[in-house]
Amino acid sequence: MTPFTTHTGIVVPLPRANVDTDQIIPKQFLKRVERTGFGVALFHDWRYLPDGAPNPAFVLNQPRAAGASILLAGANFGCGSSREHAPWALGEYGFRVIIAESFADIFFNNCCQNGIVPVRLTPAEVSELFRRADASETPYQVTVDLASGEVTDGTGFRASFTIEAYRRESLLQGLDEIGRTQLLNEEITAFERRRDAIRSRIEV
Amino acid sequence: MPRTLFEKLWEAHVVHQVPEGPALLYVDLHLVHEVTSPQAFEGLRLAGRPVRRPDLTVATVDHNVPTDDQRSDIADPVSRRQVDLLLTNARAYGIELYDLASPHQGIVHVIGPELGLTQPGMTIVCGDSHTSTHGAFGSLAFGIGTSDVEHVLATQTVMFPRPRTMEVRFTGALGRGVGAKDLILALIGQIGTAGATGHVIEYTGQAIHALSMEGRMTVCNMSIEAGARAGMIAPDETTFAYLMDRPHAPRGKAWTASVDRWSVLTTDPDAHYDRVIEIDASTIAPMVSWGTNPGMVASIAGRVPDPADATSPEDREAMIRALEYMGLTPGAPIAGLPIDRVFIGSCTNGRIDDLREAAQVIRGRTVAPGVRAMVVPGSMPVKAQAEREGLDLIFREAGFEWRNAGCSMCLGMNPDILASGERCAATSNRNFEGRQGKGGRTHLMSPAMAAAAAVAGCLVDVRKLSPSRDDVAIGV
Ligand code: SF4
Repeated sequence: MTPFTTHTGIVVPLPRANVDTDQIIPKQFLKRVERTGFGVALFHDWRYLPDGAPNPAFVLNQPRAAGASILLAGANFGCGSSREHAPWALGEYGFRVIIAESFADIFFNNCCQNGIVPVRLTPAEVSELFRRADASETPYQVTVDLASGEVTDGTGFRASFTIEAYRRESLLQGLDEIGRTQLLNEEITAFERRRDAIRSRIEV
Repeated sequence: MPRTLFEKLWEAHVVHQVPEGPALLYVDLHLVHEVTSPQAFEGLRLAGRPVRRPDLTVATVDHNVPTDDQRSDIADPVSRRQVDLLLTNARAYGIELYDLASPHQGIVHVIGPELGLTQPGMTIVCGDSHTSTHGAFGSLAFGIGTSDVEHVLATQTVMFPRPRTMEVRFTGALGRGVGAKDLILALIGQIGTAGATGHVIEYTGQAIHALSMEGRMTVCNMSIEAGARAGMIAPDETTFAYLMDRPHAPRGKAWTASVDRWSVLTTDPDAHYDRVIEIDASTIAPMVSWGTNPGMVASIAGRVPDPADATSPEDREAMIRALEYMGLTPGAPIAGLPIDRVFIGSCTNGRIDDLREAAQVIRGRTVAPGVRAMVVPGSMPVKAQAEREGLDLIFREAGFEWRNAGCSMCLGMNPDILASGERCAATSNRNFEGRQGKGGRTHLMSPAMAAAAAVAGCLVDVRKLSPSRDDVAIGV
């Protein structure tokens, strides 16, 4: 996993609540057996017209979204299906950060596992960011600093966010979660022995 | 300290507690399906890691599989590749697989309980959000992403932040024609699709206690649609009766010992939940979704809501979008909306009890002209059982298609999909835009209500269907 320390990028606003993972990556793309190839299908049904041409009304197809790497979204982002194809698609498209008032639990976890930082801000802070992104004449940029837990835009916006220390460490250092858990192997083995012993006592 | 059911299960499975952080939980049962596992196996292979406990891992194919009679020969090469790959991986790592040739094949959340793999007190995970279903047996069961699938394959554990607890108590008795699906839709309608985020729900109360295991699974299944990490119900006599003699259930002395162990899996009196919600089940009418998430529901006697009445600008926006997508007019009665398709099936309502409930409505009636209706049993054993009971004949004679087991039109990864603009009465769990096919319009409801819609050709209150030929014949 690529370590994430601090990131400055263009913000693309998607002011919708309850965006589900079926919208982020529709089921017809879940048949791939690789972790790649999902970026082009990100937000497929919103992003493309029935004939396959880009839908000019959708924000990702607008000039202000060019090169964007930070998605600003409505509450409960990523609800529904557990498909990790959603963060894969977002990451491959180029998103490193998603800012929202709240996230669905599984999606939040899936993002962290893929080096995408889900940033939770207050409703007031999120609306202020939407306002600033909409008002900006040039592409709107913010900086997200994971170590200090701050989002700033250089022109007066400053908000702090928290992310559980264990997760933050993995993100900051780009740790392999399985490798990290395997350091606890002795404990796992001890637990497993006790567990299996209880089961076999019952099963005789 | 009195403890909740959740706390008992949690504490029994913590292998390691990260200070102020998540806990490493041991996983008793890992269920695997073809869509969310290929990348996990690939990751293992690249890192040269084995599967730690193939004996605690069980796989099936369900999402992609065609449900017609030529299904073993999957026409779509991409789907076939995914299904074949699971076969290869299961063989390579020594994992038990219920493939298309198996008489036990079916939707992962149907076959786990059916085979007796799902048992009280277990931790169960699967790369699938509806893993919450298994909580109906008093287990702690939750969906995970593919990175975690790989993590569980490699370590038989999962890192999990401790969720908060929520009790949802359904007091009172359900009315006639009202069932488990209506309970859970009413709850989601009340608290919203993020209403239980970060929580594990325990369902309690008279109405829950009275449900069959199938009904309890329906309720727990849709916990995720309220944002919950898991849903659970304390095991009782109904649970034990369901499990007894299932292929993987303990037998003889082991059975008695197990029931003793399971019987203490209840919330202690005076245990504390972080949140409590109480709903009087007797006030719930048959529910139908009108919008594009499972929180957008109304009683069948209700009307399509008016965005003008929304409480916030965001809600208004969302309602306008949903109504436009669904092709609905604010204020129109829900009952009477004409439908094109009916889908009875899925991990929410594809079990034998669900099919019985639908068949009871269908018996002696026929599918309305112009409506295409299908029943997709949740597993091959459900199909076989239904055929032993003659339910297939009732459905077929009425004009339903009778299919083989799979996820089918719940998500339309196989050829069963809605055409754009088609309106469908569905017993599945998600009415998201495009879920059943791009442009398709899904109304979620119970099996009885979906069956009634098939007969009437429109959304209708099952309690108000005109008498069937059989009803008339026996003088009801
Ligand atoms: S039936 Fe639907 S919700 Fe259930 S596992 Fe299959 S696709 Fe998922």
